[in-house]
Parts: sequence; C-alpha cells; structure tokens
Amino acid sequence: MGFFLWQNSWLQMIFTLIVQAAPYSHQSADTAYRFAKSLLDQGHSLHRVFFYADGVHTGSALASPPQDEPNIPERWQQLAQDHQLDLVVCIAAAVRRGVLDANESGRYSKPGHNLADGFELSGLGQLVEAIAVSDRTLTFGA
Amino acid sequence: MSAKKKVLIINRRAPYGRSNARDSLDVALTCGVFELPVSLLFADDGVYQLLGEHDAQGIGQKNLSATMAALPMYDIDQLYVCEQSLKTQGLETSDLANAPTAVDQDAIQQLIKEHDVVLTF
Repeated sequence: MGFFLWQNSWLQMIFTLIVQAAPYSHQSADTAYRFAKSLLDQGHSLHRVFFYADGVHTGSALASPPQDEPNIPERWQQLAQDHQLDLVVCIAAAVRRGVLDANESGRYSKPGHNLADGFELSGLGQLVEAIAVSDRTLTFGA
Repeated sequence: MSAKKKVLIINRRAPYGRSNARDSLDVALTCGVFELPVSLLFADDGVYQLLGEHDAQGIGQKNLSATMAALPMYDIDQLYVCEQSLKTQGLETSDLANAPTAVDQDAIQQLIKEHDVVLTF
C-alpha cells in the first residue's frame, strides 16, 4: 500500500475545471461534479472550479430540486467543505443571470441575494490564473 | 504567475444564437491581458464568427466583429480556421476578416498537440 501511494504520487496532478453547463439541463453539469470527486479520491488536487456561462446557476442557494434528485449546488458545497475547494462563479456571467452575492445585490439595488455559501463571485482573471498554475484544465458543457 | 502555458481556444458555435462566442472572446482577451499566449481555432459553425462587419442590431445583440477586430491589440494574432468547415459552409478564406490561417485535419491535430491547454466554446 505504501509503495502504491509512493508510486501514485508521481502521477499527482493539479486540475482546474470549467463548468459551463446549467445544472439540471445538461448531463455535463453532473459529469463535472463526478469528475471532481474522482480526481480528489485518487489523490490529485483541484486548484479551482470556475463556473461560467449558464454554469453560474450552480451557485444558486435557491435551487430546490425534488427530494429524489441530487441537489447539485449542495453537493458542490459539501465537496468544497471536505476538500477546501475554491468554487469561483464568474461575476459578469452571474450578475446578468441573477446570481448575486450581498455586495452585488447592494450595488444593483436588488431585493435579495442568492449566492450559496462556499461559492465566490470573481472575474475571468481567476480562470486565467488557474489555467496558468494547473497541469490540466477541463471544460464541461460548452 | 508560473511558466506561461500556451492556450488554444476552439470556437465551434455561430457568433449569435447562444453566448459561446462572446464568452470565448472574453476569455481570450483576459488571457491577452495576463500575457498568456493564446491561439484561436474556428471550426464548424464557429467559422461564421470570422465574417467581418456583423450587424447584430436587429436581434438586439452587441456586435462581436468590433471586439474581434481588437484582438491584435491584445497580441492575439494566431488565428486558424478549419478548412473542412469552410468548405461545408460554402465559405472561402477571402470571405473572412482577421486573416486566419486555413488548416486541415492534420494541422489541427498538430495545433492541439502544440498547446498546453485547450478550451472549447
């Protein structure tokens, strides 16, 4: 086992995932989560998950799927908590789609905010930084 | 930032109708701002993004060709277009703005191999 882990460490890589698919619309939203979980289970590290385009809806705290369906935002939150993940939601893509944190809600004088805990609004610079430091960057749901 | 990764962005969607083209341009320009070398490949319906002088006013969209024209200012001058897709869409390189290099399947394979990161829109 020790040898196995030692051998494995040579293959350890830093990943970044870009999620463009809206939750509940595309299988790739689900695939992104399962890919993230698998890579972490195998001992790789996940530098950042960047939610872009319709993928920003993953960061909504208001998603209320039927009980027999996975709660996609909550699953990401749990994974982020277990592995100290950086879940970044593209701010430009999010605010135009109505995914706001308290700050943006104030800026645009909106009646509420809905960005789930564990997610953070930030800019495309965060994506470029992640690409620069990761061994692999994968896109889900373009 | 660590060693500069070469980024290839593959654009496969028409310029309007969905947000892929605009999203892709924003990523390309941001890579440019952070001085990450970036190449753009246009394939499938994405070849339509290269037609110059769009007029998107009628559908209430911002004109993408103006942003496309700004690419050289961000040092983004490696533009490629899939030869096969052009043929399928009945277009010629002379129809296109931004003077892209036409590439066949082998050259596309080579492009993907040469870049560290491939993003698809």
